[in-house]
Amino acid sequence: MTMINTFDRRDIEARFPELLHRTRWQRFGTPLVIIGTLLYVLYAVWFFNLPKLVAEAHWERFGINLLQWVSYDVQPQFRVKDNGTIDIRYPRFSVLGDDPKQPAWIKTETDGSYTIDIGGGVHIGRTETVVTAHGTSVTIKTAGDVPTVVGAPPAWVGVAPDNVQVDLGLSGRLSIDANRVKVVKRFFGWPNFIFDPTSPFFGKPTGEVVSLIVSGDRIDPSQSNLSLAFDNFWNNMTWQHGDVWTKLFQTIVMAFLGTLLGAIVGFPLAFLAARNITRNRLLNSTLKRFFDFMRSVDMLIWGLFLTRAFGPGPLSGSGAIFLMEVGSLGKLYAEALENIDNKPREGIRSVGASPIAVQRYGVLPQVMPVFAGQTLYQWESNIRGATIIGAIGAGGIGLKIWEAMRTNDNWQNVAYMVLLLLIVVYFFDMVSNKLRSAIVGEKLI
Amino acid sequence: MSVAQTEPVLKETTREIVTAWERTTSSRRLYTVIGLILIAIGFVGSVQYADEANAGHFFERLPHLFDFLQWLIPSDWTDVWRALFDRASPLDNGSEAYDFAAGRVYVWGDFYIPEYFELMITTLNIAVLSTIFGFLIAVPLAFLSARNITPSPAIRFGARRVCEFLRAFPELVFAGLFAAVLSAGPVPAIAAILLHTIGALGKLFYEIIENIDMKPDEGVQSVGGTRLERIRFAAMPQVLPNLISYGLLRLEINVRASTIIGAVGGGGIGEELRLAISRGFGAKTLALLLLLFLTIIAVDQLSAWMRKKLVGEHQFLLAH
Repeated sequence: MTMINTFDRRDIEARFPELLHRTRWQRFGTPLVIIGTLLYVLYAVWFFNLPKLVAEAHWERFGINLLQWVSYDVQPQFRVKDNGTIDIRYPRFSVLGDDPKQPAWIKTETDGSYTIDIGGGVHIGRTETVVTAHGTSVTIKTAGDVPTVVGAPPAWVGVAPDNVQVDLGLSGRLSIDANRVKVVKRFFGWPNFIFDPTSPFFGKPTGEVVSLIVSGDRIDPSQSNLSLAFDNFWNNMTWQHGDVWTKLFQTIVMAFLGTLLGAIVGFPLAFLAARNITRNRLLNSTLKRFFDFMRSVDMLIWGLFLTRAFGPGPLSGSGAIFLMEVGSLGKLYAEALENIDNKPREGIRSVGASPIAVQRYGVLPQVMPVFAGQTLYQWESNIRGATIIGAIGAGGIGLKIWEAMRTNDNWQNVAYMVLLLLIVVYFFDMVSNKLRSAIVGEKLI
Repeated sequence: MSVAQTEPVLKETTREIVTAWERTTSSRRLYTVIGLILIAIGFVGSVQYADEANAGHFFERLPHLFDFLQWLIPSDWTDVWRALFDRASPLDNGSEAYDFAAGRVYVWGDFYIPEYFELMITTLNIAVLSTIFGFLIAVPLAFLSARNITPSPAIRFGARRVCEFLRAFPELVFAGLFAAVLSAGPVPAIAAILLHTIGALGKLFYEIIENIDMKPDEGVQSVGGTRLERIRFAAMPQVLPNLISYGLLRLEINVRASTIIGAVGGGGIGEELRLAISRGFGAKTLALLLLLFLTIIAVDQLSAWMRKKLVGEHQFLLAH
């Protein structure tokens, strides 16, 4: 930027002395605040022992977890039996079902060995396994007491005394013991999203399922195929659609009910708390302290107490949101009331209207849009809040997410619930914005 | 209210205005009534639904509402102070309900910080640290999202979507993800609240930045200021008090958030409170509530005072 010369500077100094002679706070305040903040951050870094934690963090788990959000694996196990045949077994609760047909990516060769479509191709024979990946082939002998790699093992093959691990990156891995090969093949997507393996519709192509539903014979004589299909979908064991959707609905209801009750109770109280409406200082400040109290106790504490009183569920959650919202909305309403223009009230009073009519025609038209806007905003943010207090047992989807995360291998379900929750939050964000701008006009909060 | 008995004689044009006004108000009234009916139906429906889905029902449990106060009332009121300051209790019978002295955190010789104060400091530190970092990251992100500062629509679009995503994503899941990486404790809580703070503040900030007066900016531009200089000398002085004010408001929210995240496994005072309430330790619960309540009030008052200094009598805004 251009520099000013001394004369200009003197000129400016004479005209605007306050620009160049500033108070001590103006001169040193900013650096002091910055230094203070820096010192605090240093203290906090020491307090939480951050360098050590970050150094010891398992960042690779972050990738693994995120990968689990959108992928799953199938783990067939190949065992060479004493009579020379190879049999395939799947672990319990495999996504392919309890007694699966051989999937297309496992091919049986004429000599009874298997070729698996993973990496560049894996061939499992009676005495050796050949893995092709990253452009090379590695042969691992499995016939002896321990598996042995032929030649020098490349970096993606890890050799332990009685086990060989083959890392095939995103497509999966192999774990090879003597006479046994465990394959972990990774697929992207969510498995069995509609029907789980226990359902009679499982594994059928879409066209067949549709024709069964539309015109097939009843699979279960007690109900139509449509209701059976819906029942199978709703009670899908892996995804628990029914439970997830019910809990999500509970979360929305909690936020709606809590905010609405808070608004209903906060509304009259705010009129009593506003200095310019009710001329009673003691009542005003008592109510304002009451609002502060309800707000400060917070959703969490209300939630903990109410779940003890009413048991876990959405009623306790709604109650917690309600009690906090009485404080928040009461305070917001009271401040909106205190900022109104007094002239309409005076005008209506001057023609001899009753006190109620003064409030109805002199005050309400001014504050109603503000009230509505703030209430909608609180409702929307309470949907997010209700998710968290759900985790302490106050109903809704929070507890379900928390439980799925704690098992640490249900990240797909977490992803599903988070996706639904994001859709709901975005949707209500949009609805509340639309409603607010319809009520208030373009600009508010 | 007394109304004039005779209809005033109106001109043709005035009458048109009157009928138009009556038309709009009547349709508005209709909307209001429909809206109120919808709300009422939703209300009754959700009360019933919530009551049915709950483990205990409202009217059935109502007479027992204050039962839980029985365990909350300690047999000896001074026990609350003892629990708060980790003094040995005369009721100590070896059970966890009265082992107040066991939690002392010795700092220097016999000098100790009472356990609950230490936990409260942890919770506060989680909130303050995540607010500071969240603020520092949200400011550049907000400038990248603001139409009047960043001309490129692609960058703006990206920055805004990042804000929205971080804001909408449940904190609980962030905490869970980071707990797997950083092992459970306060640090995942910091990460979770930090990410949410970036989103929430970023969104607020860019709305503030888009509303600035552009004349100072033109001034700086006219003497050849670079983009950074324009931000530093034209935009920052206008928005900084507001930004800090919102940052302080966020701090108030984050103190609560870090307590809640604590209760679901993030350490700090929230976890202790949840355990004390669920196991029914009266004196401990009261001590924790007292400490938490006083801290929240102190933080709120301090922040309100500083905000008033910064932006004057600003309207009270809630921003999640």
